[in-house]
Amino acid sequence: MSEMNIPPKAVIDTRALSKEYVMGEMVVRALREVSISIMNGEFVAIMGPSGSGKSTFMNMIGCLDRPSGGEYYLDGREVSRLGDNELAEIRNKYIGFVFQTFNLLPRTTAVKNVELPLLYGGVKNRTELAKSALERVGLAQRMDHKPNELSGGQQQRVAIARAIVTDPVLVLGDEPTGNLDTRTSFEIMALFQELNRAGKTVVIVTHEEDIAHHCNRVIRFRDGRVERDEKVENPTDAREELAKLPPVEQPVATA
Amino acid sequence: MTDSLRSAISAIAANKLRSALTMLGVVIGVGSVIAMIGIGEGTKQKSLEELEIMGSNRITVSPQRGRGGTGSDNALRVEDVGKLKSRIPAIKEITGVVSSRFSGQSTVKYGAFNKRTSVTGAEPQIQQIENARKMYAGRFYTQEDEAYMRRVAVLGWGVYEELFAGENAIGSTIKINNQNFEVVGVVDYKGGSGWMNPDDQVYIPLKTAQDRLLGTKDRLHMITMQGISPDVLTVIQADVEDVLYETRKSATGEELFRVFNQAESLEAIQTQSRLLSMLLAGIASVSLLVGGIGIMNIMLVSVTERTKEIGLRKAIGAKRSTILSQFLYESVVLCVMGGAIGTVLGIGATNMVAAAMQVPAVINTVAVFTAFMFSTGVGLFFGLYPAIRASALLPIEALRYE
Repeated sequence: MSEMNIPPKAVIDTRALSKEYVMGEMVVRALREVSISIMNGEFVAIMGPSGSGKSTFMNMIGCLDRPSGGEYYLDGREVSRLGDNELAEIRNKYIGFVFQTFNLLPRTTAVKNVELPLLYGGVKNRTELAKSALERVGLAQRMDHKPNELSGGQQQRVAIARAIVTDPVLVLGDEPTGNLDTRTSFEIMALFQELNRAGKTVVIVTHEEDIAHHCNRVIRFRDGRVERDEKVENPTDAREELAKLPPVEQPVATA
Repeated sequence: MTDSLRSAISAIAANKLRSALTMLGVVIGVGSVIAMIGIGEGTKQKSLEELEIMGSNRITVSPQRGRGGTGSDNALRVEDVGKLKSRIPAIKEITGVVSSRFSGQSTVKYGAFNKRTSVTGAEPQIQQIENARKMYAGRFYTQEDEAYMRRVAVLGWGVYEELFAGENAIGSTIKINNQNFEVVGVVDYKGGSGWMNPDDQVYIPLKTAQDRLLGTKDRLHMITMQGISPDVLTVIQADVEDVLYETRKSATGEELFRVFNQAESLEAIQTQSRLLSMLLAGIASVSLLVGGIGIMNIMLVSVTERTKEIGLRKAIGAKRSTILSQFLYESVVLCVMGGAIGTVLGIGATNMVAAAMQVPAVINTVAVFTAFMFSTGVGLFFGLYPAIRASALLPIEALRYE
């Protein structure tokens, strides 16, 4: 990666970030003064049991929610106190989202789905950019298919194309393989690894250890705090894993 | 903008049945506004046409029967006609009238056919005053016929049809109350109806009628006149009353004469049709309102159904205003489509009902335009609240919504 010659710069830099929810009489402290830096070009997995604060953290760094305290610098800019419209712009230009349930617009072709963020960003040559993003995720042949005509893996590829079409500094995946079988999960992870090798900063939330092992850093949350934050030695290469799986042609026995 | 429009149309197309049912309220609303105004206008036009058939700019004076008390003179005489004519310059034509209507209908006979009808005795000016200028055959009687008290008759179309059934009538002798009259002319079909139907009439010279047929001598049943323009009718009416009351006094102070002023009927027709139009438009507006509530209801359902989609759109950069306009577009497009369908149906309904009621179908472009604008307004108004709800959703909560 060093040959990419990316200057080390924090894409995500949180300082004592905290979030409290009021639920009836109770105050739930979902995040307790979390300070994390994620550098340009990192591939990070966020893990933790439910209620650990990992989803809240994702929402914060994805600018979907505002913190109750602390600061959040996204690509060097303090964004935690911005207004709705500014946050919408930040999400549009700086962040690409990939969700567990794909969240594609139904009855809308792949290419139109991918064009959507460009539309909101007021970009001109939308179709062209959307097509090249779809080519990048290996869906050149499926551009005019609607979500219901695509497999789960293909739908997630469309979602990834939609996430990268604006060339964001950060791609966020919220359990991106949660709804996929093993082979497709590896395919999607291979795609994320490719994006990461090309220089994209990728952060995913997952609760599967083997998926997390594809990343080069794992941050574990517990009770709203960072429990462990460690480098992954020899991350799994998804391409190699795919090669080890039995060929697709063989019928898979289902229970 | 075009993208919002396209996404609105595809959202509408995605739920065809639901969209159609939602639109129905607006369709009915707009359709009924157009049809009701169209039919109201048509009825008004027909009334005006019927009034026109009776002659234009007309004022008619007749005695108020049994009024004024004993000793009051409310009879109209031939000399009054001359007085009015010379004193009131705004009168274009004037004639005294006697009519068998006031003494029971007359029987008109030709050969084996006979018909009970009304016979009008009037000077030849009646042709101008009653707008009977268009002759089907022959001529109207003349001042000479009048002066010589000739037994000549001009038939209305209805009488001619019944007695002669399309045959030549000119020169034929008919019997009116057993007296011989020569037919000199037939007035063309005018298309009137009712008690005063101008087609169901026989015209004879005034003096002939007074002396030979009805025996009214110099008494008149009415004096009818035509003003030089519609604007002077009120003035003429006042002048007529002045002249007539100069020589007469009502013992009890009651009015001796009844003056029928066409301008008043015109106004009455217009007032009536305006009221009718307002009433109908009111009813139609209620259905538009109900249609609008239907739109709001379905848009709220749509917002709830698509909460997750809204969340996604926001997550990838849609601003509040983007979501707001997307949903507003949807309700406006629904309404405009409903309005377009309603307009077509409304025009169809107007034509059908107008044909059934035998009134002219009047498609008022202003009404069409207004109904259309109103339906767009309904879309905006009733779509606004659901759209605001949609745009105000928090992205994380919307994304989590199942």
